[in-house]
Amino acid sequence: MKISGAEIFIESLKKEGVQHMFGYPGGVVLNIFDKLHDEKGLELILTRHEQGAVHAADGYARATGKPGVVLVTSGPGATNTVTGIATAYMDSIPMVIFTGQVPTLLIGNDAFQEADIVGITRPCTKHNFLVKNVEDLAGVIKEAFYIAMAGRPGPVLIDLPKDVTTHKAEFVYPEDVKLRSYNPTYDGNKYMIKQAAQMVARAKKPVIVAGGGVILSGASKELKEFAEYADVPVTMTMMGLGGFPGSHKLSLGMLGMHGTYYANKSIQEADLLIAIGMRFDDRVTGKIDAFAPHAKIIHIDIDPTSIRKNVRVDTPIVGDVKNVLTVLNKVMKEEVKDQWVEVRKAWTKQLDAWRRERPMTYDRESDMIKPQYVVEKIYELTKGDAIITTEVGQNQMWAAQFFKYDKPRTWLSSGGLGTMGYGLPAAIGAQLAFPNKLVIDIAGDGSIQMNIQELATAVINKLPVKVAILNNRFLGMVRQWQELFFEERYSHTKLDDVVPDFVKLAEAYNAVGLRATKKSEVEAVLKEAFSIKRPVFMDFVTDWQEKVYPMVPAGAAIDNMLFYEEKKKVEKKLKAVK
Amino acid sequence: MRHTISVLVENKFGVLSRISGLFSGRGYNIESLSVNETIDPQISIMTIVTSGDDWIVEQITKQLNKLIDVIKVVDMTELDHVEREMVLIKVSPRQEDKAEVLRLAEIFRGRVVDSSQKTYTIEITGEEKKIEAIVELLKPMGIKEFVRTGKIAIAREGIKKA
Repeated sequence: MKISGAEIFIESLKKEGVQHMFGYPGGVVLNIFDKLHDEKGLELILTRHEQGAVHAADGYARATGKPGVVLVTSGPGATNTVTGIATAYMDSIPMVIFTGQVPTLLIGNDAFQEADIVGITRPCTKHNFLVKNVEDLAGVIKEAFYIAMAGRPGPVLIDLPKDVTTHKAEFVYPEDVKLRSYNPTYDGNKYMIKQAAQMVARAKKPVIVAGGGVILSGASKELKEFAEYADVPVTMTMMGLGGFPGSHKLSLGMLGMHGTYYANKSIQEADLLIAIGMRFDDRVTGKIDAFAPHAKIIHIDIDPTSIRKNVRVDTPIVGDVKNVLTVLNKVMKEEVKDQWVEVRKAWTKQLDAWRRERPMTYDRESDMIKPQYVVEKIYELTKGDAIITTEVGQNQMWAAQFFKYDKPRTWLSSGGLGTMGYGLPAAIGAQLAFPNKLVIDIAGDGSIQMNIQELATAVINKLPVKVAILNNRFLGMVRQWQELFFEERYSHTKLDDVVPDFVKLAEAYNAVGLRATKKSEVEAVLKEAFSIKRPVFMDFVTDWQEKVYPMVPAGAAIDNMLFYEEKKKVEKKLKAVK
Repeated sequence: MRHTISVLVENKFGVLSRISGLFSGRGYNIESLSVNETIDPQISIMTIVTSGDDWIVEQITKQLNKLIDVIKVVDMTELDHVEREMVLIKVSPRQEDKAEVLRLAEIFRGRVVDSSQKTYTIEITGEEKKIEAIVELLKPMGIKEFVRTGKIAIAREGIKKA
């Protein structure tokens, strides 16, 4: 029996096991939306903006490991997805985005709500398709889901002309996909893995740098086994947080521009870096010529282009992180016994000394609400058992620094693209996937306003996300750079007079609004918010002058850091002169 | 250094823009590009001449391989191979130069494929250096029009000694 393209769309998604998708209707996708009206097994969450739909699907994908699915209309509906798609692309998040398109005969005619979305998204999708015949639809959907998940995951877009959704074809869903042109390498080269094991065994000062690939490949257990067996400390990129337990004694926390002193120090002193599922982004390496000057580098990644893109590599291993680590652990245990125990003692001692020398800190004595204090309180009250999403800027860095992520897929943040407005819709996606989990968006007063309309989505769908706004009345990270590098000339970063009343705003959306203006109120506000089974905006009026430390100025070597303590010393010195 | 890269791709809608977009988006250089269907109409072959140091060329080949529609990438520069380009040159020589034009065409194994009262159109195939040489020699005779294909390349097969 022949069925319509719209029905094929729905049946194909069911075959893929899709239960939820996010979207926004419009003219050319009406046929599909009409079919969704009676559909029980496939729920579409209506967001209030297409960008929100993509971020929500992204949050859903990061929290579950399953591909996020989006359905929007042509033209503006499609172009509004671009930031969300680019966000997912940079962070290798699997997603399938369906955009409506004008009927095939009108393509190229500048028809109403026509946009060349396949052309527009070519550089920010892993792959994209324009379906021209309804007979191809099921096969294309199958391929899209496969490509989104295979190898290094990523977003895949399918453009669906209106007539393809109405034309009919036999529905045959392919059993599997075989692409002669795309065959990722999953198993690492045995010889290289053995070489790596020998290097690890011989190293005196090794460090593991774990990235988002550890989480994407589900290799946290294998990573922990490796680190513990070989007694190697682990630092994480921002994308890697949660890939290794942040509270583990081998954890050095995050490295890079706002990384810990001890993580960055360890990189600069190390004689061996074991880079796992990470890509040596400039926020991680700082000045590339001065990065890890004494270290040999083992680089494990499923994407060959990540290897030798930014840094020289001594032992490249292309493969799935989980597969490679499984073999590496086996080789380590069988062939290189614990010969390093004595050698590493000095290194462990050194790392402990660095930890004591400059721990992660801020002015805990202050009477004002310090944003770090709010993050620490959230950690304390949840005991780390929460899914944290963030916006981008200072809020994101404090959330990365002062909350310890022990489990993968509990830290959802836009790393590569750095997209403000990501956190609230991502929290909605994660909450939909895990209705009983506490999902908290740690936000800034600037970022939250970039997708604030999604509060309506949370309220209507009864998704009780919590939003902790670290409200400093500034675009804080930019302001920090202006203070440090532009002589406190706060060009267009002061939001003071126009920051909305977030409590009233929450109430206007029929959500709950709470506010803390004093440090003593923080805990009570958090406790109350966590006890309410509705979406809550918490407005924490924080110290506007607070900055993210440590900080490596852009273009400097990563051990060339600015510290909070030194700033204080400088201020004291300045006072003494006056 | 210059590299000649052969890229076997699925003969699908938009594949050329995926390749050219990759080069422009990542700031790589395309010096010449030639594309055509292979014996199998589902597959096209592109010959791309690009330049860069070893790091860049390694990235270019890896990035090309990463594209879903790319089947195979071969850096011809690493292999023993044959390269060819073709030019069509329309010359309008003075009366006294006409014989010299024809003589040059013959020396370079070119063929006159069209002629009029005032012009000769000469077709020449060969390696880049040969093409450049004939162009230099014909310039003083008055080149009216000039079109040149991108480079194409094919690997040589090894010969077993008897």
